[in-house]
Amino acid sequence: MTLLALDWAIIIEKLILIVIIVLTTLLITLYTTFGERKVAAILQDRPGPNRAGPFGLLQPLADGLKLIMKEEIIPTSASKWLFILGPGLAMTASLMTSAVIPWGTEIHLFGRTIELQVADINIGLLYVFAVVSMGVYGIMIGGWASNNKFSLMSALRAASQAISYEIAMGLALIALLMSTGTLSLKTIVADQAAGHWWNVVYQPLGFLIFFICAMAECNRTPFDLPEAENELNFGYHQEYSSMKLGFYLFAEYVNMIMSSAIMASMYFGGYDLPFFDETTVAPNIAAIIGVGTLLIKIVLFVFLFMWIRWTIPRFRYDQLMNLGWKKMIPLALFNMLITGAIILSKS
Amino acid sequence: MNTLEILFFALSAFAIISAIMVLISKNPIHSVLWLILVFFSISGHYILLNAQFLAIVNIIVYAGAIMVLFLFVIMLMNVKKDKEPQKQLWVKLIGVIAGGSFLTLLIALVKQNTSFQGRDVLLKEGNIGLIHPLGVALFTDYVVPFEISSVLFLSAMVGAVIIGKK
Repeated sequence: MTLLALDWAIIIEKLILIVIIVLTTLLITLYTTFGERKVAAILQDRPGPNRAGPFGLLQPLADGLKLIMKEEIIPTSASKWLFILGPGLAMTASLMTSAVIPWGTEIHLFGRTIELQVADINIGLLYVFAVVSMGVYGIMIGGWASNNKFSLMSALRAASQAISYEIAMGLALIALLMSTGTLSLKTIVADQAAGHWWNVVYQPLGFLIFFICAMAECNRTPFDLPEAENELNFGYHQEYSSMKLGFYLFAEYVNMIMSSAIMASMYFGGYDLPFFDETTVAPNIAAIIGVGTLLIKIVLFVFLFMWIRWTIPRFRYDQLMNLGWKKMIPLALFNMLITGAIILSKS
Repeated sequence: MNTLEILFFALSAFAIISAIMVLISKNPIHSVLWLILVFFSISGHYILLNAQFLAIVNIIVYAGAIMVLFLFVIMLMNVKKDKEPQKQLWVKLIGVIAGGSFLTLLIALVKQNTSFQGRDVLLKEGNIGLIHPLGVALFTDYVVPFEISSVLFLSAMVGAVIIGKK
């Protein structure tokens, strides 16, 4: 195999797929920020942003423009390279999950069969877990490099919170792995689409644990202790301004979309549209219907995230740790035991 | 040179440069961050050796958990380079001499060993690092050591919870 004998077509194909996925995710993210403000407004019985464009639809563009036009400040006592690296890492880590998500079955174009998944690796679930554990570095590095007490406190909080909830999340993933018998996300979704029940039927407790942990990993209220503004001013991004701050804020929404996509794929059938026989339409149309179904599931999960955020107040820090270590982990272990017992009694 | 060799040498160079940066960084936080890069390049090597499971576990355990704890501790202790006690010159000299002689010994051993001579790296061969063969090996040939180490981990976890309750 020489360098020139690579299969260039597949590399170009994957590159195009990656660009499309990243751009679509960022576009959806833009409108998720808008959606968050609208949902908050509806829950608080007020109109919300409605000035920019029809129904305020241009609001995300105005927000983005405002962030870019703001003055960029790097504190003199900050560690300059790490200060710049922090937001970049946060964004990269949150986008990396998209590589293993099966966005649809496959489409046939120009005589080629294109898989709607960037990489079908046989360690898909573990890859997701690895990327989740990388996610905390952006916050930690940013918080430390700012050279600000509040930022540092917030970075430490974020790190301990992420580690605590990762354990329960991993245990929930193990129970899912036991009941599906595979680590490949593509196989997990294909099994669910092939007429079995969705995994949430077999793993209701596992899904609940995973959902709560995902909320904690995304630093969403009620788990947004790292940016608790009444204790820490603004948390780890206090010293950030302009688009660097924007990256941190966007990364949170990208994280939310990605964890919704993961939850939809693992527990809710991914691109599988229920009560619909995909073989009755052309394969390409079936694939597009699949992508649309997954997107709708993602939007529903994101709405659930927002609903919870604007309903439940923030925990105290000791309550957060108690929930993580004394409730979630024993519950996840119990879930694993039950799953094991059921598998044993079936065989 | 084929693609695999280019990847191998690039990853090796990356690993060695990051490892040197771990040593010569004055700031402990920077050292930890360079060490994370070392773990990533080693995971890249595992993937070249067709050991995807080992690669991802290396990232989860070392880069994802242990290094976060390292960062956590160093940030809490607030180690500053100007507050650190400087080593005496003769201590540094002794370190250089001891390390240098150990390196010479290692190189001499590797050079004399005939089984290494004229061998290329084995890339993309073997499947013991994939999850299925590894799981079968762990639960058939090595089941007793595996279970004993799992009891060890469980006791460590129980210990952490008990300390946390106090």
